[in-house]
Parts: sequence; structure tokens; C-alpha cells
Amino acid sequence: MKSNDIVINIVRFVVLVFLQVLLLNNINLGGYINPYLYIYFILMFPLDGNKGLLIFLSFLLGLSIDIFEDSGGVHAAACAFIAYIRPVVLKYSFGVSYEYNSVKIKKADPMERLTYIASMVFMHHFVMFSLEIFSINHILLLLKSTFFSGIFTIILIVFTMILFNKKAS
Amino acid sequence: MQQIIYFFIRNKNFLLFAVLFIISVALTVQTHNYHNNKFISSANFVTGGVYTFRNNITDYLSLGKENQQLLEENLVLRKKLDQFKETVVFEKLDSTVLPNKYKYFTARIINNNYTKTKNQLTLDKGRKDSLKIDLGVISSKGIVGIVSDVSENYSTVQSILNTKSRINAKLKKSSHFGSLIWNTKDPNVVQLVDIPRLASLEKGDTIVTGGRSTIFPEGIPIGAVKDFHLDNDDNYYYVNVDLFNDMTSLEHVYLIENNDAQEIKELEKGVEDEEQ
Repeated sequence: MKSNDIVINIVRFVVLVFLQVLLLNNINLGGYINPYLYIYFILMFPLDGNKGLLIFLSFLLGLSIDIFEDSGGVHAAACAFIAYIRPVVLKYSFGVSYEYNSVKIKKADPMERLTYIASMVFMHHFVMFSLEIFSINHILLLLKSTFFSGIFTIILIVFTMILFNKKAS
Repeated sequence: MQQIIYFFIRNKNFLLFAVLFIISVALTVQTHNYHNNKFISSANFVTGGVYTFRNNITDYLSLGKENQQLLEENLVLRKKLDQFKETVVFEKLDSTVLPNKYKYFTARIINNNYTKTKNQLTLDKGRKDSLKIDLGVISSKGIVGIVSDVSENYSTVQSILNTKSRINAKLKKSSHFGSLIWNTKDPNVVQLVDIPRLASLEKGDTIVTGGRSTIFPEGIPIGAVKDFHLDNDDNYYYVNVDLFNDMTSLEHVYLIENNDAQEIKELEKGVEDEEQ
């Protein structure tokens, strides 16, 4: 990981937390649909970065959101989970080649990239909503929230990627 | 020994993940118990500061509506005052020495959520302004929730839109009482359960607080009956209540402190101890 990467990731962490708690958590489309863009940090964390560090940082990221949201540890749990499972999802979406650093998330094939984003987002949302709702009686609400919020999050993440990709090149 | 160390090194990521995951689940479970969200809550210096900053900006957007609400409330109070003047002959009583059962505070909501199943609000006043846990929170139109955590400058409120909330409420006209709960479906509709079948219910009946708790005084408006049906064992009504409050756009609230709460609780505790 280069020093440039460290600065970018610190800035990304802070900006995403504030964007999430001040703006995105208040959208409430149709009453309950909110995008959770902050996991963009976990998705874009350098592929050659330390895995243990990523798990810890993701936990902190989720916990920051939880403190603002008064939601206990639901975001922290979901973030730690997808950070831990990320290598598996990477291998599954980009093939084994990612292990030799030949893949860049921003330059990968669009379909592969979408698979990666969608799997991570839905896993995160599912863990988060199950912990938040914490009741089998509301299973329909759980699936509905996961599905609609998930789609919203994916759209937002794809747009964010396009936006920052253009700027970089 | 070496085996164990190797095991730890090989699985360090999994162990780290497991530890962090267990911590977060523990934090989640902890917040599911009423009054135990001391450790992680938005009633702290950093988050309170950020939310106050946001509110200072967004406050201006709702000034018009707030003014309107204050006018309406003034109107109601003025009417009540007139009735009072007409009916009561003033005796010579020094009102400052009258024992006041309830004390009122005002506060501003700096964070409000209503889309989750366990909703919390954050207020811009805390221990410094003599707020305490278990104070009732109402707006000019109806009840909002109960204070669940207090820090030096901020406090969090467990909204009535929270599956943990259970508030004593009754029918205004017949005083049959039940418990107010929320089924998470609609932020403007709550449910009143345990109303006995004997009670005569009609659409549009007013629901008010019951006064059987030490938190809310009796007769604070909650909402109107939307529809109702008998529950599974046919003994109690399950009533959908349309809230008078719009829980999605709250700005200013009042807090109520019951000066006798301590005394009542101690007395009830004494009785319970004797029974055991």
C-alpha cells in the first residue's frame, strides 16, 4: 500500500461517514428505503492491503455509523462480516487472477464488477437488517428492506465509481 | 505450544473477525434492553455536536410550519384559559407555594428516525438542563416517547415508534385502558392492545394517556381510532390508532417530569418486596 493510498482511504472514510449520517440516512424513500453508500470504503479498499487491517477498519466504520444512528452494533457487525468475506467474493467475481494483482476494480469488466458490488451489498444489507429487526415475525420486512435498499445502494455505488473514474483518468 | 501459536497465526483474520463480530452483536443485543444503551449512544459530545450543527442549518427550512403549530397551540391554550376564567372563582392562593406535581421543560429534536423498528430521537438538552432518564416527551399535538439515556448536553428518547415501547393509554370517553405498541408498518399508525371486549369502540374515538404510569400525566392526546378488530382469543380489541402527531416532522418538544415518580416507585417496590 502506497502513502498516497493511505491518505485517500482516510479521507474516504471520514467523508463517507459524514455523507451517510447527515444526508443519506434521511432520504427514507417510500418510508424505509435508504442507500448505505459508506460501504464503498470496504469495496474500494486496496486489493493488496492488509486483510486484518481492513476487517478492523470496517468494524470502526460501521461503529461510527452505529453511534450516530443509535443502532447498537448492527452496522459494525455487517461491515466486519463483508470485510472478512471480501477475498472470497473477489475470487468468485473476478476469478483467481485478482490474487496476482492483475485486476483493478475500476478497470475490470463491467459485469464482473457488478457481480462483486451486488454480492457485497446484499450480504451487508442482509446481515444488517437481520440484526436490526431481530425477529422472525418481520421476515417480509427484512427481505423487502434488503432488496430495495440494496438496489438503491448498488445504483449509488456504480455512479460514484463512474464519477471518480472519470476524474482520475 | 508451537502448534497453538501457528494456529493463531494461520487464522488471525478469522479470529479478529469473530471477536469484532461478537462485540457488535453484543452491542446490538444490549440496545434491545430498555435503559441499557449507555455504552454506545448518540447522546455524546461528538455526535450531538454534529447533529446540532446540521439542525442549525435545516431549522430555517421549517420555520413557517413551526410558527403555524405554535399559533394553533396558543389558540387552544387561550380557549382553555377563557373557560378557566369563566368557571373558577379565584380564591386567594399564592400559586408559587402550590405543590406542582409536574414540571415541564422544552427541547429541540436534533435527530429523528422513524424508518427502523427501534427508533430513537436525540434532543439538544441533557443533564446540565436537569433532564433525567424516564421523563415523558410530548409535542404540542401528542406524545412522542420516553427519555432513555442522558449525557451532559444531550439526551436520547425512545420513540413510541419502537417495538420496545409499551405505554399505558385509554379511551377518552370510557376510560377503558390498554397498552400502546407499534407493529413497525406505518410511522403514523400505532396499535392499542388489551382493550377489553366490553368497551364500546367507534371509529374516530380519541385515545389519551392513561395516567397509570409515573411518566405521563393523564389525558395527553395520542390519536384517534382508525379501525379495530378482536384479537385471536376474542377477549380483547386490537385497535389501529392514527397519531395526532406527525412523527416524521417533529421539531420542538416538551418534557414532563413527575415530581412524585420517585415516591410512587418506592412505594410500589415496597409492596412487591413484601409479597415475595
